[in-house]
Amino acid sequence: MSPAARAGSAEEILAVEHIHVQLGAHMVLDDVSFAIRAGEFTGLIGANGAGKTTLFRVVLGLTPASGGAVRVAGGARSRRNPLIGYVPQKFLLDPDMPLRARDLVALGIDAHRFGIARPSRARRERAEQMLAAVDALEFAERRVGLLSGGEQQRVLIAHALIGRPRLLLADEPLANLDLRSAEEVVALLARIAREQRIAVLISAHEINPLLPVMDRVVYLAAGRAVSGSADEVVRSDVLSRLYGHHVDVLHVHGRVIVVAGAGEDLAGHELRFPEAESGA
Amino acid sequence: MSHFLAPVFEVGFFESDAVRTAVIVGAAVAVVAGALGVFTVMRGQSFAAEAFGDIGTSGGSGAFLIGAAPLVGFLVFGVLAAGAMELVGIQRARGRDLATGIALGAALGLAALFMYLDSTIHNTTGVVVTILFGSIFEIAGSTIPLVAALAAAVVAVLLVIHRPLLLSTVSPEIAGARGVPVRIVGATYLLALAAAVALCALTIGSILSTALLIGPAAAALRATRRPGRAVLLAAALGVAAMWLGIVLAYDSYYWPPRGNGWPVSFFVVTIVFVVYLLSGVPAWRERRRAHAATARRAFADDRGTPHRATAG
Repeated sequence: MSPAARAGSAEEILAVEHIHVQLGAHMVLDDVSFAIRAGEFTGLIGANGAGKTTLFRVVLGLTPASGGAVRVAGGARSRRNPLIGYVPQKFLLDPDMPLRARDLVALGIDAHRFGIARPSRARRERAEQMLAAVDALEFAERRVGLLSGGEQQRVLIAHALIGRPRLLLADEPLANLDLRSAEEVVALLARIAREQRIAVLISAHEINPLLPVMDRVVYLAAGRAVSGSADEVVRSDVLSRLYGHHVDVLHVHGRVIVVAGAGEDLAGHELRFPEAESGA
Repeated sequence: MSHFLAPVFEVGFFESDAVRTAVIVGAAVAVVAGALGVFTVMRGQSFAAEAFGDIGTSGGSGAFLIGAAPLVGFLVFGVLAAGAMELVGIQRARGRDLATGIALGAALGLAALFMYLDSTIHNTTGVVVTILFGSIFEIAGSTIPLVAALAAAVVAVLLVIHRPLLLSTVSPEIAGARGVPVRIVGATYLLALAAAVALCALTIGSILSTALLIGPAAAALRATRRPGRAVLLAAALGVAAMWLGIVLAYDSYYWPPRGNGWPVSFFVVTIVFVVYLLSGVPAWRERRRAHAATARRAFADDRGTPHRATAG
């Protein structure tokens, strides 16, 4: 059974419908539509400045859309939506921050609430389960600020999952990671999508690390988007239409290389190796 | 017992009303400062605390000029400064240090004028020392209810907002996405900080106030890995420094030059500094262990040993 067929019958978790975001005269998102289902692993691919973070902020309700609608699990998206777990981009904590990996995960339960929390055995056990689910038990007692980039990502994923969301958004979780850590994070997110039936949407400027596990790709260029399976989207004709000029898609040793026209600011961004990316 | 400790506590220490007031007020202030200071250090806002101290200097000296209690002046100017900082968005953009620096210069200029007028009109220079370096042994009885109310208010506010505040400190993006009103929480914290700095200024002086706020907190952050413990440890270290400072200041009455005690703030600030230096030892050890653990994992990777289950 193909990934698309397997996911085909599942519940629709996120529906983005004709979203427009205009900042001044600049159209950051221009009629973006796509939908993802429970258990699906979706990559939001685009160069820096293509509008990935803006799209996430719209889904989270932090940036208002000028037009269109976002629905989460069938309902209108609202702020403080417990159905969405979020892993932000560029997470850097001071090494002196008095916060163990275990504490950061537990903050995912109810740290948005005011007042005093009563520590309980159930909370500790829940945090323990989540740490185990992301293979983070080994460094659960260490300060988050002293963990490596890949370890921090896993702890943040556990933090986002502990509230039992239906949708997990991760903004550039592979930026600044070495190749091996990036592979581990991708495999972990794919496993979470399958086992917990969560819709996972992660943004990346490099498509190759996601290719082995991706059910669906949303390709974003200059504020416009196409979505479908990787075979349907990552093709010369489809991407040429999206970019508005000719784009070559090369397959080299199982890797995909997208070469946009010379002189474009997007040109050849997929050619760089992930470990050399700044992720800015 | 009293005989045994006689060299530590000089004659009359436990009988003096001024000492009793100092011990109680000093402890309350140190608890507030330590608890709030942990968040100040975590949020990288010790500069804002310093600004409240500088602005409080003009507030305190201005209050003396119109016959009000210095604490009222510290507080009013601090709260106004917190409002101004929130308006210019000091918590969001850290590149505003130039404007802040110039504004602080103006505030200290105002303090220079007020202190000049204080000392010429009232014909005393004591007020300058009181404002700048504190006078915990000379706290007026009428100020104590205000101290108690302020300390209780700051602790209460912190109890209410500590979880969203911690989450916004860790990541404003995550907090915002989870519906925390990040800006309101930040502004509330800034107001509490202004009140805490005013209390510190009362005890050890406006320009030394940040030492009590930042020092014990910074030491606690290095010594413990857990947020709750950091708050308790910072409060405990602050109280210890304050009490030890009071004892030494009382004893120093008999030190040279005999008959003139040394200032409490000197002792408190020096003790805080030494505690901070000592806290570097556990922090250094922890980092060394962390590096060793990372190196062990890298070595296991090189040998291809599966040190943890890799998802697949």
